[in-house]
Order: sequence, then structure tokens, then C-alpha cells
Amino acid sequence: MRRKAFATAALVALGLAGPLSADPVDDKLIVNGETELVTHTKAPDYIDGLDEIWSGWAFRAAETRAIEADDFDNPGMIFVEDAEAVWNRVEGGAGKSCASCHGDPSSMKGVRTVMPKYNEKAGDLWSLEDYINDCRVNRMQAEAWGWNDKDMVNMTALISVQSRGMPMNVAIDGPAKPYWEKGREMYYTRTGQLELSCANCHEDHYGDMIRADHLSQGQINGFPTYRLKNAKLNSIHARFKGCVRDTRAATYKPGSPEFHALELYVASRGNGLSVEGVAVRN
Amino acid sequence: MKSRALWGIALAVGMAGAAGAAERGPVTYAADINFAEDGSVAESLTGKPGNPENGAQVLAQKKIGNCIACHQVTALKDYPFHGEIGPSLDGVGSRYSEAQLRGILVDAKKTFEGSMMPSFFKTGGFIRPGIGFTGKPAKEPLPPLLTAEQIEDAVAFLMTLKDE
Ligand code: HEC
Ligand code: HEC
Ligand code: HEC
Repeated sequence: MRRKAFATAALVALGLAGPLSADPVDDKLIVNGETELVTHTKAPDYIDGLDEIWSGWAFRAAETRAIEADDFDNPGMIFVEDAEAVWNRVEGGAGKSCASCHGDPSSMKGVRTVMPKYNEKAGDLWSLEDYINDCRVNRMQAEAWGWNDKDMVNMTALISVQSRGMPMNVAIDGPAKPYWEKGREMYYTRTGQLELSCANCHEDHYGDMIRADHLSQGQINGFPTYRLKNAKLNSIHARFKGCVRDTRAATYKPGSPEFHALELYVASRGNGLSVEGVAVRN
Repeated sequence: MKSRALWGIALAVGMAGAAGAAERGPVTYAADINFAEDGSVAESLTGKPGNPENGAQVLAQKKIGNCIACHQVTALKDYPFHGEIGPSLDGVGSRYSEAQLRGILVDAKKTFEGSMMPSFFKTGGFIRPGIGFTGKPAKEPLPPLLTAEQIEDAVAFLMTLKDE
């Protein structure tokens, strides 16, 4: 970031500035012309490396930003509709659907803003996916979904949409603290043969181009995200896995204790940004 | 930017014992290297001069050095998408000696402490090394990111980037 002004000036001088847009765009994200989302705000004070936080939305091209602003254009919303059907579908030995106990999906309002969180009964940090599988296995007597199964990722989208516009607000103290600290350590550890940490790219160089990619802060308030690249919804842990792999490192598994801890830490870096409820990214 | 990178390293090292995530073996290179105090490497890794045309490919190709992922280079403007993580390499042949450029390519962290630039000739001393981009765990020593010949070719190319 420090170098950015210089680099941009140099590119302008060379006449290369056209397609490279270095800064995040300070534009408003108003979904369906009615719900205004917070995509840029002050960083939480426990994050030393950032003054301001930005949603990944602000780093995408104008066309991509526009798709997210309208649910009719947002292909991610089709998967939310699929999940709505699954929400009402009776499955498993108990003969129940999600709706049997939870009623309308709108009962999930606010749930996404505090995930992941410490679960007293389990004595562990749980992500949204863990809560869903707990209900499937122990309350419906149905089979657990895999972390990145289509039904699972779509269901996390349906639940996230209910919190659209609400600020992310995960707890980092109390029993969550050791997880948060482990996540922070991971965030700053330079892994793989390329020896890169999350912070190298998403803290020190957000706003900069790395080859054809415009680096964001790697925030997760928009997840699950619809990616134009693979035309489906992508989970938080799948995204982490991709970024770790790209440092030529051995990755962790989606659903692993390591990715739970990292999820909590990364989520806390975005406390204050709105839940987007199916973000669109490239 | 630097202070932050250093802090990251300090944190990783300091906590290595606690979490076990940051364990690493000894630092090794693909050959014996004599770094001077300033991080430069005087002797050619191959014993002969590099080929600057091949060196241009090392910088430009994603599958080889992929240097333009992070650097802008006017001489390579026919290749799309130059990044802005590091400084422009225009004129580096005037700013640095051949030995300094070789040192930067062998292990940039010996010249620029805590640099984000990868250590292209390093084969060991990584945290959770993987097999290429597969995400699978790898055993050290790894093949270096660039061979001795590719490094000499890149150095030869960089030496052609003179101030006008
Ligand atoms: C038999 C009733 C029942 C069914 C069926 C059921 N749930 Fe639950 N669910 C519960 C109860 C009870 C809780 C609260 C558990 C607690 O707070 O300890 C809960 C909690 C949750 C939570 C966590 C909410 C929070 O605020 O922490 C989520 C998410 C959830 N359920 C999703 C689902 C989904 C998705 C389905 C369908 C796949 C489903 N549930 C099916 C009873 C059910
Ligand atoms: C070599 C640079 C690099 C490193 C290191 C890296 N990422 Fe990324 N990451 C990217 C790029 C490029 C993208 C796609 C563009 C963007 O949103 O920044 C991305 C995207 C993301 C996104 C999606 C953001 C969104 O709005 O959809 C998340 C989340 C993320 N990274 C998290 C991480 C985490 C956590 C780590 C450390 C384990 C990490 N990244 C390490 C380059 C990197
Ligand atoms: C991940 C990003 C990255 C990649 C890839 C990368 N570099 Fe660098 N490079 C940097 C950074 C950052 C610096 C600035 C030094 C520092 O860390 O302060 C740098 C500095 C340099 C310098 C010194 C430039 C100056 O004017 O001081 C040279 C020469 C150089 N790199 C050459 C290369 C070559 C050749 C390659 C490919 C084999 C390469 N770099 C790949 C990030 C990168």
C-alpha cells in the first residue's frame, strides 16, 4: 500500500493506467434499490494492521458490483431458492424438515452475524455449517452434509440472506479467545514455498494488482460468495483453501480446527461490515 | 510495510512452539551459495553467462518466474497484466550490479529483510511446504522455483534494463 501512490503515478506516466484500478471504489452498495450495505468503515481497534475495512465488493469491476446490487441479476440468488426448497423438505428418521422446528427462514435473522461462535455444549468453536449438521444428524436423524456439498453451501446462503445489511459482530473474548489467537497467528504466518502470509497480500497490499487480480482485504462478510469463475456458491473454508494452496503450501481441510480458528479471526477483522447475503465476486 | 512484515515473522517464530503450525527445517539452497554481507552473490551459478532472451521469458511466463505478477517492466509490455507489489524493474541494470541482482534472485530476503519477494533458489526451511500448487504436503528439499540456468538468464535480462 505504501508504494501504491508511486506505482500508480509511474503507470500513468507510461500510459498503462487504463485497466488497472488501484483503489477500492468508494461507491454505495444498495441492494434492490432499498437495502444499503456498509462496505467501508473504521477497523475494529484490536486489528493493528488496518485503519479502515472494506468489503471485497469495493475492489471488483463496475459490472460485477452491479450484479450484486440486484437480486434478479445475482445468479447466487438461484441457489438461495434451491435452499428454500430444501428447508421445507422432510428428511431423516425423525420425519422433520428445518421448517418443522424453525418455521420461516426469517427466524434465522442475525444468526450469520455471530458465526463462528463458541458452543458451550460441544465445548468447541462452531461455524454455521456445524450448527446445520448438528440439526440434521441429532434432530432430524438425517445424514450430515459435507462441508462443501451443494446443499450445505446453499443453506448457509439462505441463512446469510436473512442477516443481509446487519453488521458482522463475532465475539473474540471469553472462551473464543484462544481460537482467535490461533487464527491471528495463522494470518501472519508465511507459509509454503512462496512464503506468503494472508497479511502479505490482504493487509500490506490490498488495493494493489497482483498480476491480473485486484487484491482486496480478503474479508468474509459476503460469504458464501457466487464466483463468476466457477458459477456456483463458494464456502469460506473453500476460499481459504485456495489461498493457502496458492502459496505453494500444504493446505488444511475445510472444516478443520485450523480453518475454524482462521475463520473466527478473519470474521473479526470485518466486524462492522454488513452481511451481504450472497456476494458476487470474480 | 516492512515493519509489519517483520512483525509477522516475529509472531510466527515466537509462537511456533505453542501451536506447532510454524515448524520449519534448516534453510537450504539448490547449491552452495556464498552471500556477501549485502546479500549479493558474486559467482555465476552455472559458470557461464546467461541468455537474456530466455531471461525475458523467465520474467514474463506465469509457469516460470512470473515476476511481472509483482513487477511492472516496460520492456515486457507485450505480456499483459503487470502487478504493482514490488517496484518497477525499469532501469534495474543501472541501479544494481550483476552480483546484487543474482543475490536478489537467489534469495531476496538476504538483500531486503522480510521481503514479500519469493526466494527463488531456496529448497528448504519452509513452513508447511506443498507440492507445487496441489495443496498436498511436500518433503524438503523441494526443487527450487527457478533452476541455476533460469536465474542466470533472468540476471542477464535484468542487466539489459538500463536507464535511458
Ligand atoms: C427437531 C427440531 C429441529 C430441526 C428439524 C432443525 N433444527 Fe435447527 N435448531 C433446533 C434447536 C432446538 C436449535 C437451538 C439449539 C441451541 O440453541 O442449543 C437449533 C439451532 C439451529 C441453528 C443455530 C441457530 C443459532 O442461533 O445459533 C441453525 C443455524 C439451525 N438450527 C439450522 C437448521 C437447519 C438448516 C435445519 C434443517 C436442515 C434445522 N436447523 C433443523 C431445532 C431443529
Ligand atoms: C498471493 C496473495 C494472496 C495470499 C497470500 C492470500 N490471498 Fe486471499 N486472495 C488473493 C486474491 C488474488 C484474491 C481474489 C481477489 C481479492 O478479493 O483479493 C483473494 C481472495 C480472498 C478472499 C475472498 C474475498 C472476497 O471478498 O470474496 C478471502 C476470504 C481470502 N482471500 C482470504 C485469504 C486468507 C485467509 C489468506 C491466508 C490464509 C489469504 N487469503 C492469502 C490473494 C491472496
Ligand atoms: C510476490 C511478489 C514478487 C515476485 C513474484 C517477484 N518480486 Fe521482485 N520484488 C518484490 C518486492 C516487494 C520487492 C521490493 C523489495 C522489498 O521487499 O523491499 C522486489 C524487488 C525486486 C528487485 C529490486 C528492485 C529495485 O529497484 O530495488 C528486483 C531486481 C526484483 N525484485 C526482481 C524480480 C524478479 C526477476 C522476479 C521473478 C524471478 C521477481 N522479482 C519476482 C516482489 C516480488
